[in-house]
Amino acid sequence: MAARVRALETILTQKGLIDPAAIDAIVDTYETKVGPRNGAKVVARAWTDPGFAGWLAKDATAAIASLGFTGRQGEHMQATFNTDETHNLVVCTLCSCYPWSVLGLPPVWYKAPPYRSRAVIDPRGVLAEFGLNLPANKKIRVWDSTAELRYLVVPQRPAGTEGWSEERLADLVTRDSMIGTGFALDPGRGSVAA
Amino acid sequence: MNGPHDLGGQMGLGPVAPEQDEPIFHAAWEKRALGLTLCAGAMGAWNIDESRHARENRHPVDYLSSSYYEIWIKGLERLLTRHGFVSARDLGAGRAMDGAAQPKRVLQAGDVPAVLARGGPCDRPVPTPPRFKAGDRIVTRNFSPSGHTRLPRYARDKRGVVEAVREGFVFPDTNAHGGGENPQWVYTVVFDGREIWGDDADPTLTVSIDAWESYLEPV
Repeated sequence: MAARVRALETILTQKGLIDPAAIDAIVDTYETKVGPRNGAKVVARAWTDPGFAGWLAKDATAAIASLGFTGRQGEHMQATFNTDETHNLVVCTLCSCYPWSVLGLPPVWYKAPPYRSRAVIDPRGVLAEFGLNLPANKKIRVWDSTAELRYLVVPQRPAGTEGWSEERLADLVTRDSMIGTGFALDPGRGSVAA
Repeated sequence: MNGPHDLGGQMGLGPVAPEQDEPIFHAAWEKRALGLTLCAGAMGAWNIDESRHARENRHPVDYLSSSYYEIWIKGLERLLTRHGFVSARDLGAGRAMDGAAQPKRVLQAGDVPAVLARGGPCDRPVPTPPRFKAGDRIVTRNFSPSGHTRLPRYARDKRGVVEAVREGFVFPDTNAHGGGENPQWVYTVVFDGREIWGDDADPTLTVSIDAWESYLEPV
């Protein structure tokens, strides 16, 4: 595949159809600028600012843009909040739709057949493979990203973080907790917490 | 199409196997594959729906045994060939042998930040009011189109409830095939797990899809 991709880049470059430096710039964007730290800042703001949380619930695209996160695969955002009653899980069964502007590029497992096939029929089994065991009575809502809306899960704020700054809180927000395959980190134990 | 990409509910595909400390790319060629796909898309010859269909419309053995960036490259070769940018002779030789169609634009490195930050919004005005409102009970249509659609098989002919009226969005089923954007209202529709999977389904499960208006009928 490496040779095949190299050949394609050579052909397109020779024909003047692409600028190879633009490829470098795209890669640099997703390696160093756009990633789950963006989403973590959104979540930490929502945890500390009820007004922002309300805005995020009503108009996630605008609320997220106010923090500077816009663009490709984040043009139409929806936020969904985990509660004591309901756990949210995001999938794209048909391809790999994912909120790039807040989470960066999706991990391999998110794009691969096992997750895409099972998240909608066996979410508890999937979550167990991530080390998450939900109480039997907890409701699970799976969001299949079949259109152009992109979903950001807002995990529950861990106990024991009262008075924490946004910056400190953001460090507890993992990528997986914003997909729904994880919880925010527990400040006390350094492991997952409900 | 009832293709290999339509994976919801399929079985036997194994564990999810999340990778600890996963790198953003697993090989140098994956970086080029991502960049090539975005640069080629920026030429403006096709839309995201056509490119999704170019990726999903593969033999199941090929689709399921290819990594995601491999699928992207195979889809990209198809799109470039279809639109006259690359020929079979070019691909065979690994260098430019034939001429190319004229692109609408060539993405330059300096424009990348602005282009990525702008993205490609797909919302469009719809001249008619929404047919459904939050709380309406609906049934999804039962169809098996040979072309592109975003109504998964598992969610066809299923009863659910409209949770939210979203915006008007470009209709992929026509837009993927040169049939125009034909924007429609999109709704978030929620199904009980048992409606989709039967009596053995997780009783705590609900599943939602985002459905274009023509996927839905009132109950």
